[in-house]
Amino acid sequence: MANGEIVESFVVPVHPHTVLAPEQNEGWGRLRKAYDDAAKIIQDSGADLLIIYSTTWPSIIGHQIISDPNPEWVMVDHDFHELGSIHYSFNIDVEFAEQWNAENKSRGLQSRCVNYHGFPIDVGSVVALTLLNPDNKIPAIIVSSNVYADRSETTVLAKACRDLVKRTGRKAVAITAMSLSNRMFTEHIDPKDDRIHSLKDDEWNQKILEFLSEGRLEDVGQLSRTIQQQIRVQKVVNFKPMWWLSAMNDNRNNLTGKVLAYEGIHGAGCAVVNLNPTPSGFGDKEYDEDDVEIFTGERGVLDSNVEQESKVETSEGPALWEPTKAEGSVNTDAAPKPVGAYPHARRVGDLIYLSGVGPRQPGTNEIPGGPIHDNSGKPLNYDIKEQTHAVVNNIARILEEAGSSLDKVLDVTSFLVDMDRDFQGYNEVWAETLGKVGPTRTTLAIRALPTPIAVEMKVIASV
Amino acid sequence: MAQGEIVAGCLAPHPPHLVYAENPEQNEPVAEGGWEQLRWGYERLRDSLNGIEYDAIVILSPHWQTYVGTHFLGLENFQSLSVDPIFPNLFRYHYDMNVDVELAQQIHDKAGKAGLTVKMMTNPDFRVDYGTITTGHMFRPQWDKPLVVISSNRSSAYYSVEVMQEMMMELGKATREAILESGKKVVVLASNSLSHRHFTTESEIPEDMSKEHITSHAMHLWDMRIIDYMKSGQCQRIIDEMPEFTEQAIAETDGGAFTWLLSTLEVPNYPAILHGYGTIIGTGNAIVEWPVYKHKEV
Repeated sequence: MANGEIVESFVVPVHPHTVLAPEQNEGWGRLRKAYDDAAKIIQDSGADLLIIYSTTWPSIIGHQIISDPNPEWVMVDHDFHELGSIHYSFNIDVEFAEQWNAENKSRGLQSRCVNYHGFPIDVGSVVALTLLNPDNKIPAIIVSSNVYADRSETTVLAKACRDLVKRTGRKAVAITAMSLSNRMFTEHIDPKDDRIHSLKDDEWNQKILEFLSEGRLEDVGQLSRTIQQQIRVQKVVNFKPMWWLSAMNDNRNNLTGKVLAYEGIHGAGCAVVNLNPTPSGFGDKEYDEDDVEIFTGERGVLDSNVEQESKVETSEGPALWEPTKAEGSVNTDAAPKPVGAYPHARRVGDLIYLSGVGPRQPGTNEIPGGPIHDNSGKPLNYDIKEQTHAVVNNIARILEEAGSSLDKVLDVTSFLVDMDRDFQGYNEVWAETLGKVGPTRTTLAIRALPTPIAVEMKVIASV
Repeated sequence: MAQGEIVAGCLAPHPPHLVYAENPEQNEPVAEGGWEQLRWGYERLRDSLNGIEYDAIVILSPHWQTYVGTHFLGLENFQSLSVDPIFPNLFRYHYDMNVDVELAQQIHDKAGKAGLTVKMMTNPDFRVDYGTITTGHMFRPQWDKPLVVISSNRSSAYYSVEVMQEMMMELGKATREAILESGKKVVVLASNSLSHRHFTTESEIPEDMSKEHITSHAMHLWDMRIIDYMKSGQCQRIIDEMPEFTEQAIAETDGGAFTWLLSTLEVPNYPAILHGYGTIIGTGNAIVEWPVYKHKEV
């Protein structure tokens, strides 16, 4: 179950020409050939999950993740509708989508799943999945690109996904559907006359591709803002896919890169690039930005007043303590601070004993799914499934710090403050997560916990 | 053939929340109301034009975004399900709309002759954007008038707001000339918000109006400034200040619809009727009518 990994990564173009008209231009044909080669690489990799970050699906309310198990429709490009229609029918990994969504929320991100009949899958995702996964053998995930997100938010989005891949033992392929330079010709052109829009765009594209062919993905990530200024049409979407892809690959600069094709599509710089995790020995990264795990940026415009009030309330809760450090103690900043003088975990021999773990979030102390009551004791509606997911994620982080993982959990004692209301939701999340590992379990109803949470777990695991 | 005319021009914004709150049978989600100030504004607009005869509605929506020129719907009927990619929880609308292809072709040809890059959209699988549908529904929910639907060329993103304005002024002139030559009576609609900085969170109940407000005072000031110009018949000032407004209020005028509208109306110098103003997830929206029929030269 553990030790999942990103087995391959790809940069792929978004325009429909590679699907609908590869024969009309030699360059489009070479891109199509590269797409087909990429599909073969994916097939040979043994991948069991394709994850697409699409720049042609902008979102405003945080990030959105497709969770319709079988989205089907006919896609027509807004600009190149004369090329024809693409009928699509995809196979989505709903379980992973929902887990990623919960993980995003537990890291402070605004996130939601999208499962509506007829939802318009964006052109970039349609093209990528149609060509990379032609028989739908491998389940896929599609995530939007938030219009307002900057690097920290995009990085946390990727880390939430990457860590979930590792925890769930998946062999995933990370894909960014994107253009390099995205300036197109603004007039109709004969397909045979297609090329990169300008020499400047071409030079920057070549620079990006040189870096990627050397496996220097993080270097491209650090150039993203400059690239956006130099060769990107402003206000369409920030050049953030490289941030996502780099974080999906542990912000490395020593991948093994290969440019499978680079051509123009109506002037835009389009490339199929393969990045394999095998170390190429090229250069260490110089990561010059905060290596964030939790997003704490401004996302509360709507509830600014309420949020201030709740912060006051939080300050009236139990005091937070620094975890104690007796011999064998395991503590991590990736888990919430204790409400007393104890460590997150303690290792004895080959066993790890965790202190009771709740859903509170590290850094923010927020409770995913909401608190169960306000300061006056007035009951509030809350989401037990979100709280339970957050507990499991906190357990995973502590175990990771201890050199263990979720699949080594042996015994769990769970505490619920409202057995009648919450057992079912708690039990569903259990089945999706720890239930697949198979530890022994005892679930108890108790009157209260020190903070306004509904669930806490006490865990024993092996190393 | 009698000369055609534009009987009215309107700023008619398209946030899908308005259709959601109306609970029409075509939309799948169900709401408890919300955004009444704007919905009542649309009611006043519809009442204002009640009894005014016209043959077609011409809409320019910022959500059919094209980078290679300006496109026009070119088939007589479109019907499908429109799901908003950003607010799918609010807008899943079953539409059935008729297009005045003849008029669309005439505007297309005029714009082409004026030097603009143009294209007719004739793929029957094409899904009409939710901006067009929302404006179309809120303006005339009975859907009994044929539409001309024009895409939003993103020249402001490619070049600048100034270039966008030049192109949209030209497109507006071509639209006007084509309408006059068509012999038809037409209403022109610019489907866009004013200030356009969204909230990035959504309340648990989207129509919870206790959460709704403008995102910042600066946005409010800009919206009021533009509305004052409209109400006082100073539309040339709007054109003049469009670059600053678009940049500082992150206004949806970057899509060109507002400039195009004012151009089709020959940049009116008479007062517009403000039917309503309100915010939707923090963006500023005004429903405004230029009652051209009241200002015809005799």
